[in-house]
Amino acid sequence: MNPQKCKPQRREGAKVRKDKDGGFSSERASNGWTKVSAVVDIPPLGARVVKSAHGDIAVFRTADDEVFALRDKCPHKGGPLSQGIVYGRHVACPLHNWSIGLDDGKAVAPDEGCAERFPVKVENGFVYLRI
Amino acid sequence: MNKMKLVMVGNGMAGVRTLEELLKIARDFYDITVFGAEPYANYNRILLSPVLAGEMTLKDIMLNDVDWYEQHGIRLHLGKKVARIDRSVGKVVAADGTEENYDRLLLATGSNPFILPIPGRDLQGVLTYRDIQDTNAMIEAAARYKRAVVIGGGLLGLEAANGLRQRGMDVTVVHLMEWLMERQLDRTAAAMLQKSLEQKGLKFLLRRQTGAILGTADGRVTGVRFADGEEIGADLVCMAVGIRPNEELARSAGIHCNRGIVVNDTMQTFDPRIYAVGECVSHRGTAYGLVAPLFEMAKVCANHLAHMGIGRYEGSVTSTKLKVTGVDLFSAGNFTGGAGTEEVVLHDAAGGIYKRLILKDNCIVGGVLYGDTVDGSWYLQMLREKQNVAQIRDQLMFGQSHLGNTGHQGQSKAAAMPDAMEVCGCNGVCKGTIVKAIKEKGLFTLEDVRRHTKASSSCGSCTGLVEQILASTVGGAYSPQPNRAKPMCDCTDFTHEEVRRAIREQHLLTIPGVMRFMEWRTSNGCASCRPALNYYLISAWPHEARDDPQSRFINERAHANIQKDGTYSVVPRMFGGVTNSAQLRRIADVVDKYQVPTVKVTGAQRIDLLGIRKEDLPKVWADLAMPSGHAYAKALRTVKTCVGSEWCRFGVQDSTQMGIDLEQAFWKMYAPHKVKMAVSGCPRNCAESGIKDVGVIGVDSGWEIYVAGNGGIKTEVAQFLCRVKTAEEVLEYAGAFIQLYREEARYLDRTVHWVRRAGLDYVKQRVLDDAEGRKALYARLQYALRGEKDPWAERAQGADRHEFEALTV
Repeated sequence: MNPQKCKPQRREGAKVRKDKDGGFSSERASNGWTKVSAVVDIPPLGARVVKSAHGDIAVFRTADDEVFALRDKCPHKGGPLSQGIVYGRHVACPLHNWSIGLDDGKAVAPDEGCAERFPVKVENGFVYLRI
Repeated sequence: MNKMKLVMVGNGMAGVRTLEELLKIARDFYDITVFGAEPYANYNRILLSPVLAGEMTLKDIMLNDVDWYEQHGIRLHLGKKVARIDRSVGKVVAADGTEENYDRLLLATGSNPFILPIPGRDLQGVLTYRDIQDTNAMIEAAARYKRAVVIGGGLLGLEAANGLRQRGMDVTVVHLMEWLMERQLDRTAAAMLQKSLEQKGLKFLLRRQTGAILGTADGRVTGVRFADGEEIGADLVCMAVGIRPNEELARSAGIHCNRGIVVNDTMQTFDPRIYAVGECVSHRGTAYGLVAPLFEMAKVCANHLAHMGIGRYEGSVTSTKLKVTGVDLFSAGNFTGGAGTEEVVLHDAAGGIYKRLILKDNCIVGGVLYGDTVDGSWYLQMLREKQNVAQIRDQLMFGQSHLGNTGHQGQSKAAAMPDAMEVCGCNGVCKGTIVKAIKEKGLFTLEDVRRHTKASSSCGSCTGLVEQILASTVGGAYSPQPNRAKPMCDCTDFTHEEVRRAIREQHLLTIPGVMRFMEWRTSNGCASCRPALNYYLISAWPHEARDDPQSRFINERAHANIQKDGTYSVVPRMFGGVTNSAQLRRIADVVDKYQVPTVKVTGAQRIDLLGIRKEDLPKVWADLAMPSGHAYAKALRTVKTCVGSEWCRFGVQDSTQMGIDLEQAFWKMYAPHKVKMAVSGCPRNCAESGIKDVGVIGVDSGWEIYVAGNGGIKTEVAQFLCRVKTAEEVLEYAGAFIQLYREEARYLDRTVHWVRRAGLDYVKQRVLDDAEGRKALYARLQYALRGEKDPWAERAQGADRHEFEALTV
């Protein structure tokens, strides 16, 4: 995976692989969106990790209840962004304190790099990811 | 809605810095227009000396090119001098007739070089040294002519002389006073400087008053005649005898001026719609010629222009460094002494080192350093903070970095380091990289350098070196950030102390409450202020303010230490470093059950289990059935002990039990930073009490207590606090000391940093002299800890489950 790429939006209708456990398959919607959590289960100014077949994805919730999803991997040295402090629309990586924009995945200058973004939406209090 | 119109007259460093600060906090507030008399965009005027000396080019020193103005929607009129201000209708008119209306006007007209009122001053070949044009004229002259005379042996004159010499001219510096740079140096330092410049080939004529400049009939300079009739030949004469604030425009518009445009603490002139910053202003009777104060003004001015005004500019203590390659010189404050002052001097003539500090009432009021300036910024900081130095007088001259600093090969003089040598051992940054970033990116502050290069941004032990590199690269423009006035972070202009006071006095209980009351600029702070606020709240109002886990660094939120691969490490508490077979057996079982890859004995007499997956943490804690070691927290870590009188043939006190008692009493205690303690059973001190925040040493008659030691980044030997008789007294005195630290230190201060600032005398007065105060401090600590739970036990039983459970799809 190339951690530098800054427009890694996945294509629409990316094929959903079979879940090994099968337990959550009923949560999948037909149009490629997958229900991952209730918004209230993510702490405000916090994050949860979603373990997926595509690797760990961090789902963030801001103070205004906006929800964002990034690959759980800092472009610097791969730190788990889900563990960082969330402020405004940014998260500070727990390893070396890089600031990453939640909406664009980009490191705040003068640092350079980009975390992969995933499409995310909130409906009726639930968070959906397209992975 | 139409935007307000802001017009700036003057396109120099102070003005443009004001615009940069303004755009940072209020991007779309104004429609901005800039008039610059020079045909260039904003360049770094203080780097003209290296340009003259041929070490840099004009391109290297551009700070904002024309594109920058365009990108930010700023209308730029270059090469247009503003001729008048019409305050009645709010407009400025340039000499070529260009007009602009303004709602707010910012004057940043800078200064003019002073021209001696002597015959011959208009001759061809007589120059001043102020801008690119002057610099280019000198470079051209150096190529064609041989002999140069620089009038003025101050900072600017010497830099000009050095530059001309580098360009191959035969340079004589003429100075009116008895020694060089008399406004910054004493006679001894000036003599050393003169000698070293003479070795570079400069000549000096001191105590010479210039009477006239001589020239040919067709108006070309030929020499200089002094008041006593002596003459010397010259093909180029550079006048560097000082600068005068350029107040002409303001004065002609009827704005009050007095050796500069007079401004108040918000940088407003007597016309409230007109602001002024930079070398053109007179603030509290002082006009500043160095860049650092100008940047402070810029910040305050931008704040007020953006209607966010709470900042005030209250003047600056300035310091000087000379930008001549190979000369290390620093001067600040009152360096001449006088009634009521005393001086400390270190003079090694052969080694080329001279240090002189002036003290008054045990505070540094000024100083001169020559040859070894590594501690200049440290002295300046103590000067500004009026720190009492009575306790460190005996070490003062040897500086801050004389012991224990690691990570940069023992280097303390940046000038002596080759470009390829590593400065910052944490982030692998070498000197050349730092110099390059400073020059290319136009960096001025330590913070800038840290952001761009990461040098000194981790453990900070190379900060002094980075500051030196910064200072020698940008010269007089560099001024260390005064800790006193430093705001908590970019979200606010308030200092740590101001925020703590407001929390206490206003009975603030939540982070949003503090941010509202103190008008935070950001809606929910940043990763730097939120953990500090959380600590200030829970330490000021125990059992009232609620801990906010989302404002804790991950280690304190997850109660384990995050590792580079995202796994965690677990260090169970072993009170006093004592364990038993049952604990060890459970640890061994956990290691097997969770396949813990590494088990390590720590430096603090405990066992570290590394590589544990986050989701396993609560189960690991349940299986261990041992309390949290808080090895991850800004809290009491460990109390290290030796075996003491129970076993040791030398021990005179039961240090193990004393350590257990201390740890039992104070564990679960959060603090501004980690707190480490140790107890030794005799003065052989096997528990290394001399480098702990609180170190206790058993003696035959009782216990000695040492405080504010540190064994980490920089080894700091703990200082003797007192001797007590009983174990109960050890608890009370140590507890009172720690509580005072918890109440008064800044977040992330170790005890050594706080004690250095507050002074050991103050600590002694609060903890030793005031018995009732001591008991009250101790009681407050006990109250804060009452009912505090073991975080591992709580989480083993299911608290904060969401923190540890991943979602799956």
